[in-house]
Amino acid sequence: MKYDAQDCILVSKKQLTSTVYDFRLKNQHLAEITKPGQFVQVLVPGKTLRRPISVCDVEDDIIRIVFEVRGDGTRIMSEMNVNDKVNIIAPLGRGFDIDKEKKTIFIGGGIGVPPMLYSARQAGKNAVVINGFRNKDAVILSEDFEKYVSRLIITTDDGSCGIHGFVTQPLEDEIHTAEMICACGPLPMLKNIAKMAKEHGVPCYVSLEQRMACGIGACLGCAVAVKRSDNETFFQHVCKDGPVFNAEEVDW
Amino acid sequence: MANLGVDIAGVHFNNPIIAASGTIGFGHEYSEFYPLSVLGGISCKGTTLKERPGNPPPRIAETPMGMLNAVGLQNPGVEHFIKNDLEWLKQQNTVIIANVAGSTQEDYCKMAEILSDTDIDMIELNISCPNVKEGGVQFGTSCESVGTITKAVRKYCQKPLIIKLSPNVADIAEIAKAAESEGADAVSLINTLTGMRIDIHTRKPIIKNITGGMSGPAVFPVAVRMVYQVKNAVSIPVIGMGGISTWEDAVEMMMAGADAIQIGTVLFHDPYAPIKIADGLNQYLDNHHMTSVTELTKSVIV
Repeated sequence: MKYDAQDCILVSKKQLTSTVYDFRLKNQHLAEITKPGQFVQVLVPGKTLRRPISVCDVEDDIIRIVFEVRGDGTRIMSEMNVNDKVNIIAPLGRGFDIDKEKKTIFIGGGIGVPPMLYSARQAGKNAVVINGFRNKDAVILSEDFEKYVSRLIITTDDGSCGIHGFVTQPLEDEIHTAEMICACGPLPMLKNIAKMAKEHGVPCYVSLEQRMACGIGACLGCAVAVKRSDNETFFQHVCKDGPVFNAEEVDW
Repeated sequence: MANLGVDIAGVHFNNPIIAASGTIGFGHEYSEFYPLSVLGGISCKGTTLKERPGNPPPRIAETPMGMLNAVGLQNPGVEHFIKNDLEWLKQQNTVIIANVAGSTQEDYCKMAEILSDTDIDMIELNISCPNVKEGGVQFGTSCESVGTITKAVRKYCQKPLIIKLSPNVADIAEIAKAAESEGADAVSLINTLTGMRIDIHTRKPIIKNITGGMSGPAVFPVAVRMVYQVKNAVSIPVIGMGGISTWEDAVEMMMAGADAIQIGTVLFHDPYAPIKIADGLNQYLDNHHMTSVTELTKSVIV
C-alpha cells in the first residue's frame, strides 16, 4: 500500500512570528520516505478537509512543518499541544528533483520559504537561497538556512531587513551562473521568476498551491492549468501531478 | 457476524457501502489505502462521451461541517474509461457503477448504449450535477424532464439503471416517482446542494464557478429527510447519501429508507471510513440481534 494515514507525535512547537508556527512531528517511517518538496495532509479535528502543508525539513525521525495561520483550520492546528497526536497522510505529491552537482537557486516568498529548506539542503554548497518577506517581522528560518547552504540572501518589500525589494532583484545577479531554479511563493512572484528563467534558458521548477480536498488525485479539486505539447491547456492537479511543476508547462 | 450483503436491482453487494461518484475517481488512488473489496461498490467519476477539462480553479471551498466543489465533471471520456480503468476495476471484487453525465439527451442515450456492451454492473444517471453549464441538473429538476430522460435512456440501457436525484427541487418524492414510472431500477440521492461562499477580503466568490455543490455532514439531515420521503413514494430500491460520516449515520440513513448507502466527502479526512462503517454496522446488528443489514431499511418508527 502506497498511502497511509498515520499518527505522529508533536514533539516540539514554536511560534516563529505572529502567525507562523513551527511543528516537529515524530514518525520514523514517514520521515524516512519523505522527499524535498512533498507535503502532508494534516487532520484537523472538527474540520471536513485536511490541511495540506509542505514539508519544511526532515531530521532523522522528524518531519518538520512550518505553516501560517490563515483561517479556522490552521488556527485549530496552531492550538495543538506538544505530545498531542497529529494524524497525517504523508508523504504526498511530487517534490523537487535536485541535482547537488548543479548550482541551484532556491527562492522562497513568505510562507513559500519553508519547503525550500529541505530542498536547499540537498544542494548544500551549490545552493544559493533567496528568501523574500513583507518586512523584518515576517522573516523566518534564516538560521536554519545558514546552517546548510553557502549563501542566503534576504529581501523585504519595505527594506526593513536585507535588500529592499523583491526576490527578482538579487535573482538578476545570480541567474547568469545558475543551472537550475526552484521556487515557492505567491503566484505573481513565481510568474516573474518563470519569465526570467525562460529568458536565461535556466530550468525552473515551481511549487504551487491550490484549495485541496483528497490530497491523492482522486477528487480532482486542486486543479492547475498546464499546457499540453500541442499548446492546448488542460488541468493537472497540485496534489498528485505537483505540487512541483516545470515552470515552462504551467499556463500562467 | 450479521450479513451485510444487499441486493439492489438484481446486483449483489457484499456490503451496503458504496463510494460516491466524484470522490474516489476510478478507484486507483484509494486502492493504495486498502483493497477496494472493502467497499460494496464504487460509483465511478461522472463520465461523459468525450473528455471534459473541468472548471478552472479554485474548485473547492470548505464550509461549516462540509464543503463546496465545482470540479465540473473533469473526466477522460467513456472510451478512455473502458480502455484504461474497467479491466482493472473488474479485478477489484466490488460492484462497478458507471456514473453517466452528458449535455444532451442523446449523449446520455449513447453513453448507456456504449456502457451496456461492457462489464460494468450498473449505470447511475447523473442528472443532478450542479457544476456544468449544459446538461446535468437541467434534466433533473422537473418530473417531466426526469421522466423524459429516464424513458429515453431506458431504451438503450441493458444494465440496471439508477437515477441520481438532485435535492435542488421542490418535491423530490415526485421526481423519484417520475423516474420509477419510466423504468428506473433504483434511485440514488442526494446529489449536492447548490451553495456559494464569498471571500470577504477580496469580495470574490471563493469558487471560480461562483457556485458549487455542497456536501459533508452539514447536509446529512436534509438527505435523511429526502430519503425518507422518497422511500415512502416508490417501491424501487433507494440508495441514500449525503454527509454520511460514521456508522451511526449509516444506520440512521438506512432506517430512513436506504437499501444501500454512498459515502464520499468523509473519505477526504478519513480514508478508512468505509472499513470503520462496516465494522460499526456489524457491531450494531450483533448488539441488536439482527442477522441482516436489510432489517435496518425503513425501520424508523414514526
